[in-house]
Amino acid sequence: MAHGERPALSDLPRPISDPPLRPDLISLSASAVASTSGSRAEEPDRLGASHKELPDADARLVFVGDPGRTDPRLSLPGNAVRTAKYSPLTFLPRNLFEQFRRLAYVYFLVIAVLNQLPQLAVFGRGASLLPLAFVLLVTAVKDAYEDWRRHRSDRAENGRTAAVLEPGGSGEFRPLRWKDVRVGEVIKVLADESIPCDMVLLATSDLTGVAYVQTINLDGESNLKTRYAKQETMFRLPDITGGRAAVVLRCERPNRNIYGFNANLEIDGKSLSLGPSNIILRGCELKNTVWAVGVAVYTGNDTKVMLNSSGASSKRSRLETHMNRETLFLSAILVMLCSAVSVCSGIWLTNHEDELELMQFFRKRDYSAGNDKNYNYYGIAMQVFFIFLMAVIVFQIMIPISLYISMELVRLGQAYFMIRDTNLYDESSNSRFQCRALNINEDLGQIKYVFSDKTGTLTENKMEFRFASIRGVDYSEGKDPSPYNSNIYHVVVGDQFWRPKMLVKADPELVRLLKSEGETEEGKHARDFFLALAACNTIVPLIVGTPDPKQKLINYQGESPDEQALVYAAAAYGFVLIERTSGYLVIDVLGDRQRFNVLGLHEFDSDRKRMSVIIVCPNNTVRLFVKGADSSMFGVLEKSIDLDVIRATETNLHSYSSMGLRTLVIGMRELNANDFKEWHSAYEKASTALYGRASLLRAVATSVEDHLQILGASAIEDKLQQGVPEAIESLRQAGMKVWVLTGDKQETAISIGYSCKLLTSEMTHIVVNNNSKESCRKSLEDAIAISSKFATISSRVQNSRTGNGSAKPPLALIIDGTSLVHILETELEEELFRLATVCDVVLCCRVAPLQKAGIVALIKNRTEDMTLAIGDGANDVSMIQMADVGVGISGQEGRQAVMASDFAMGQFRFLVPLLFVHGHWSYQRMAYMILYNFYRNAVFVFVMFWYVLYTGYTLTTAITEWSSVLYSVLYTALPTIVVGILDKDLSRMTLLKYPKLYGTGQREERYNLKFFILIMMDAIWQSLAVFFIPYLAYRDTTIDGSSLGDLWTLAVVILVNIHLAMDVFCWNLITHLSIWGSIVATALCVIVINSMWFLPGYWYSSFTCLHYYVLFLLISLSFGPSQGVRCEKKNTPKCLYVYMLIHKIFVKFADTTFYIRAIYHIMGTPLFWLCLLGIFAAGMIPYFATKALTEYFMPSDIQISRELENFGNCNESSNTEIPMSTFSQTQRFIQ
Amino acid sequence: MNDYHGSAAGPSSGSGDGSAPRRNSKRPKYSKFTQQELPACKPILTPRWVISVLTLVGVVFVPIGVASLMASNNVVEIVDRYDAKCIPGNMSSDKVGYIQDDTIDKSCIRTLTVPKDMDQPIYVYYQLDNFYQNHRRYVKSRNDAQLRDSEQADKTSGCDPEKNARDGSPIVPCGLIAWSLFNDTYSFALSGKILTVNKKDISWKSDRDHKFGKDVFPRNFQNGTLKGGATLNPNIPLSDQEDLIVWMRTAALPTFRKLYGRIEQDLKANDTITVTLKNNYNTYSFNGKKKLVLSTSSWLGGKNDFIGIAYLTVGGLCFFLATAFTVVYLVKPRKLGDPSYLSWNRNPSGH
Repeated sequence: MAHGERPALSDLPRPISDPPLRPDLISLSASAVASTSGSRAEEPDRLGASHKELPDADARLVFVGDPGRTDPRLSLPGNAVRTAKYSPLTFLPRNLFEQFRRLAYVYFLVIAVLNQLPQLAVFGRGASLLPLAFVLLVTAVKDAYEDWRRHRSDRAENGRTAAVLEPGGSGEFRPLRWKDVRVGEVIKVLADESIPCDMVLLATSDLTGVAYVQTINLDGESNLKTRYAKQETMFRLPDITGGRAAVVLRCERPNRNIYGFNANLEIDGKSLSLGPSNIILRGCELKNTVWAVGVAVYTGNDTKVMLNSSGASSKRSRLETHMNRETLFLSAILVMLCSAVSVCSGIWLTNHEDELELMQFFRKRDYSAGNDKNYNYYGIAMQVFFIFLMAVIVFQIMIPISLYISMELVRLGQAYFMIRDTNLYDESSNSRFQCRALNINEDLGQIKYVFSDKTGTLTENKMEFRFASIRGVDYSEGKDPSPYNSNIYHVVVGDQFWRPKMLVKADPELVRLLKSEGETEEGKHARDFFLALAACNTIVPLIVGTPDPKQKLINYQGESPDEQALVYAAAAYGFVLIERTSGYLVIDVLGDRQRFNVLGLHEFDSDRKRMSVIIVCPNNTVRLFVKGADSSMFGVLEKSIDLDVIRATETNLHSYSSMGLRTLVIGMRELNANDFKEWHSAYEKASTALYGRASLLRAVATSVEDHLQILGASAIEDKLQQGVPEAIESLRQAGMKVWVLTGDKQETAISIGYSCKLLTSEMTHIVVNNNSKESCRKSLEDAIAISSKFATISSRVQNSRTGNGSAKPPLALIIDGTSLVHILETELEEELFRLATVCDVVLCCRVAPLQKAGIVALIKNRTEDMTLAIGDGANDVSMIQMADVGVGISGQEGRQAVMASDFAMGQFRFLVPLLFVHGHWSYQRMAYMILYNFYRNAVFVFVMFWYVLYTGYTLTTAITEWSSVLYSVLYTALPTIVVGILDKDLSRMTLLKYPKLYGTGQREERYNLKFFILIMMDAIWQSLAVFFIPYLAYRDTTIDGSSLGDLWTLAVVILVNIHLAMDVFCWNLITHLSIWGSIVATALCVIVINSMWFLPGYWYSSFTCLHYYVLFLLISLSFGPSQGVRCEKKNTPKCLYVYMLIHKIFVKFADTTFYIRAIYHIMGTPLFWLCLLGIFAAGMIPYFATKALTEYFMPSDIQISRELENFGNCNESSNTEIPMSTFSQTQRFIQ
Repeated sequence: MNDYHGSAAGPSSGSGDGSAPRRNSKRPKYSKFTQQELPACKPILTPRWVISVLTLVGVVFVPIGVASLMASNNVVEIVDRYDAKCIPGNMSSDKVGYIQDDTIDKSCIRTLTVPKDMDQPIYVYYQLDNFYQNHRRYVKSRNDAQLRDSEQADKTSGCDPEKNARDGSPIVPCGLIAWSLFNDTYSFALSGKILTVNKKDISWKSDRDHKFGKDVFPRNFQNGTLKGGATLNPNIPLSDQEDLIVWMRTAALPTFRKLYGRIEQDLKANDTITVTLKNNYNTYSFNGKKKLVLSTSSWLGGKNDFIGIAYLTVGGLCFFLATAFTVVYLVKPRKLGDPSYLSWNRNPSGH
């Protein structure tokens, strides 16, 4: 950098001996520093908390440098953070508690507990607890792993070191671990270091007290933000660190508002008020500042970043809500079954009451004890009650326990595929799709309303300067095909060339004007215009190196992309902003470097909608430059002189905004001595005021920003994102209503609406644009009248055309924020809703963030339809959280929207594949999986129920308890999960080609009460087939319970798997493996269960040989081949110790089960196989026939499209254009 | 810091968030699996498929049905219900009193006529109706460990209410099932000559070998106040007490047969068999029926027409459906994959 190129203007005493950041730092006079930095430090509070007196009760007292004294009333947390939920000790109870907040789990727990009572013990203890334990264990392991990772990162985080001031006034900083930092301690942070806790800045290496921080970890914004240390503390730092000055900080309690901070600093008896620009937050990094010293005010979990780190939102999907309704039905069925059993058993007991004593299979009394007491018999009423409870235990899986865990796994799998989808990857921002909420995947398939932000969502939010209108003259010729070569503007600094990082096309005529006719009136105005662009902003230029040591790039950092675009534009025209400090600017004006002292800056606020800066020009004139929105600027222009210029500018502005450009008006005023004095005193007063400073400053700004001379207007293009018009067209074809909510003004919004094909020329616009409640009411009523008139016309047209065609003329509603103020949350809401729902397009402009949420709520609260909100900025957060599905665009404006969203992606157009493909699939899969889970458990329960009717209503189960426990977790679980993750009803291509297919989800065609009832009826029929075919075939034979039970088990499992197989749309290897594999696994399990306790010793059938193998393999694998397990053939085995151990384990099982080896006997008979075959045929015929009939005679759109996929080649010619053209043709016909 | 932030954002976001360094492209790797483009078969139920499947099922089922019916018809079965007939006329009002009275001789003679030739082996079953051997109280009342291992004789858990003798010593075999062992006996004579009934191998070999110990002998059995059924010879190990083993394999349904033995001799049509039976077992207290069954067997088992009828019905139904489908298909054909059937093409005004 250019050392000593410019002499320092004054020798400001440097309180800190560290080298300052900029070698060529130029200081202003001390008084200028004091006045300006004091004022700059007071940014208007962005979230509106006014500076009020902090009552002691709400305040936290911090004694700077004396952590021991800090607020004895409160026990303040240390700086250790804890994102982990559990400690090893608390893991079990807390995790269990968390899990049992699910009601279904409580249900299963209650049942398992009931089963432990001896009178009710239906299952063995182990068997009854197994499924619940399994589900809990899987979840607990998952949670534990996640928590372990959090522990690890916590440890790393807490172990970092920070330089903390040594107590005792030595002024030395010593390293301390982060977790030991306490409130009140003075900490020094060096460049590129992370900030360990929230601290109030006391001093920085910059003389003006500026520190730059990067907040990317906090809100994702990558640009640098400026923070300020108070001058009072700056200069007294040695006193503070040396312990000679008592500084007390009174700040508000910890809160999660990262843009708000309110505190008072008492130093030397003076009270200074501090705002959000004086605090640097944990999670930020110090940049471009050599060091900064601050005092810790919030530590550990009190820091704003920790308070903001709430987890992902826990929404519940629509399907799951519906599922709860069906679960209630199932519970009703369950109660009915149990009541039926208990009533029947009551009747049976009453009829046989006298015989109970002698009945061999009942034997009421126990004679062995001698007192002839009743054995396990408590009277009929009690008996019936017990039977009821036992029935609940036996039939418990009517409500599928594994469904909950399966759904989680399936969603995880679906999310995996969404993340991995290359079509959802955005090259430009290098961002993948993100699934932040894992429980609403299927909602993506049911969206009816899309609420979209405009800037950054539909558009790229990469602002590009396009046109300028200077003094009413439109310079819009900047379409030169090769503009760059001639106009790259270099700034020569020493032997280096600096150039702006981004190049902007420059209008050649304007360049010529600036260069050659510098002294004409026009040229002067043009110069003023670009000077205003370069000066009137809050951009900080950063110089970055390039591989070429002589080349440097100027990177303009700022919070507003519009400002960046303007400064780059000014640079392109030769007004290069080189340096900005709080006191002055250095601008290279057409090769001549000039310094402008900055006397005051009025920041942008949403009331004034403009900002201004007061600078001293080299010719010692004091000028006020103002830039702002046209609506706010025309009011403060001096109309008496430049009326024609204003008119011309207005015309230009209109043409710009109808091209969809964002416009700003720039004005200027030269302050004479009086004006300046007046302003200066008011400004001083306002900026040193203790209370209400923001509003005072605003008043000062308003009073000075008046009687402006118009300089011109700028037009900035916010480019549409790639593929937006097509995406919107597709969404609308799919029957979704797309609403655009934007903060832009009406003309811009409408023009963007046209360019993204949201609005078309044939649409009738209804504009609601009022500023009182009454006029709002009137225009709404008018609008409704118009829309109903259109409706009658259309119906008449429809009648004349015999109802053939969509006759409704498209209506577009355009409404602005001012009107919404009067409509939302009043009785007019209802009218707006009626109007909005008949309109095809709704465009809301000039809306505030909260109004966006209000509009989403308008729809969400009144209809059942699913809403989706998509946006990219902090102003969209409320809308994203309000909607059923929130999508964040990870774009330019930081990550706040992403953090609040359920799904995040790089581009708006990804919405189409996300909804049409993944949403459709997820909905389809999940809907089927839920229904299927209900069905398969119902079949099983009904089979058990029919058997209970033949056991004297005593709830004996022929199916072994292990099988009934494993049924839903092992025998049939895997195929549903695989199908839920992998099945595709239609290919991606088809789904994208026919957007209307999305209607399946909107109309809830895959999961509704009708489907539920049908599948339940099928379940009953199939259970009848499964039960009664073997029952009738084996009636009056020697068949024993366990054999028949095994037949039933196998039959049910195979039948439900075949049912699933029939519904699978898309068979790939994994599907095949899981379905057929689970049938095989079931058969193996049944065999193993049947021979559980007799594994060792004796084998004579082929099945047991297999066993021997399996066992041998198991043993050798687990104990290593070195053990040399060898067994004697035949007779009692002489086995090794391990072998005996296994033997013992199996013997244990033997006590609980007596069904052994039955299956071999029954499997050997042809009757068994004939029964199985008969069950499949009889069970499947009704379903097969109905399915074939409906698919053939009442084909759904999906069915037709599947056929198209398979046989599409033969009628390719006829199908290609039909879906698109019919839609638009009918519309045109009406016109 | 990045890492820390990721963890603060919540556990469920862990899927895709950027812990990866920024300079690396995060473009997901392409594979057929991750893009869900695995080679797959997408079957569609075309009419041809439906009709062929239905026809195929019909073609398979009808012959099986016929074969099953024939097999069932070839089985010769003699069923004789004797519980009421074997009570002397004077006792018919007090059947329970009769059966409980030890002093009365319970012998009873029945004559059976062979309707058709019966080839050996002829299985002899007893059939009980209305006897819930699958009753929950009953089915649980046993202890398998005790039956298998002589060292575990005192393991009587689960055997209530037939657990211990009055002196507290364990009953072997304990439990209601063993206690209620069936004790009617049958002896057969064909025209004066005794027909031997082979009672060997009537139980499952696996049961004899593994479930019932060779060194386990009955103890304290049927010593209680109330006798449930047969007594056992305490000198014969359980593994040889085949009637007990058969009885202990509890039946699935309330009407069941148990194998009593085999007659290994052919019988001719119109042969008359005299059965001398001891009507000991009390089914009168709950109106249970007792039947004696002599039956041959086929490849399909005993006499039961159900499977045959069921197969014929299902096969016939499939044929019917196939025909109906064909007719409807011919009358009202639909071109597969014709986009004009799509809902928005049929009715463009909406849904």
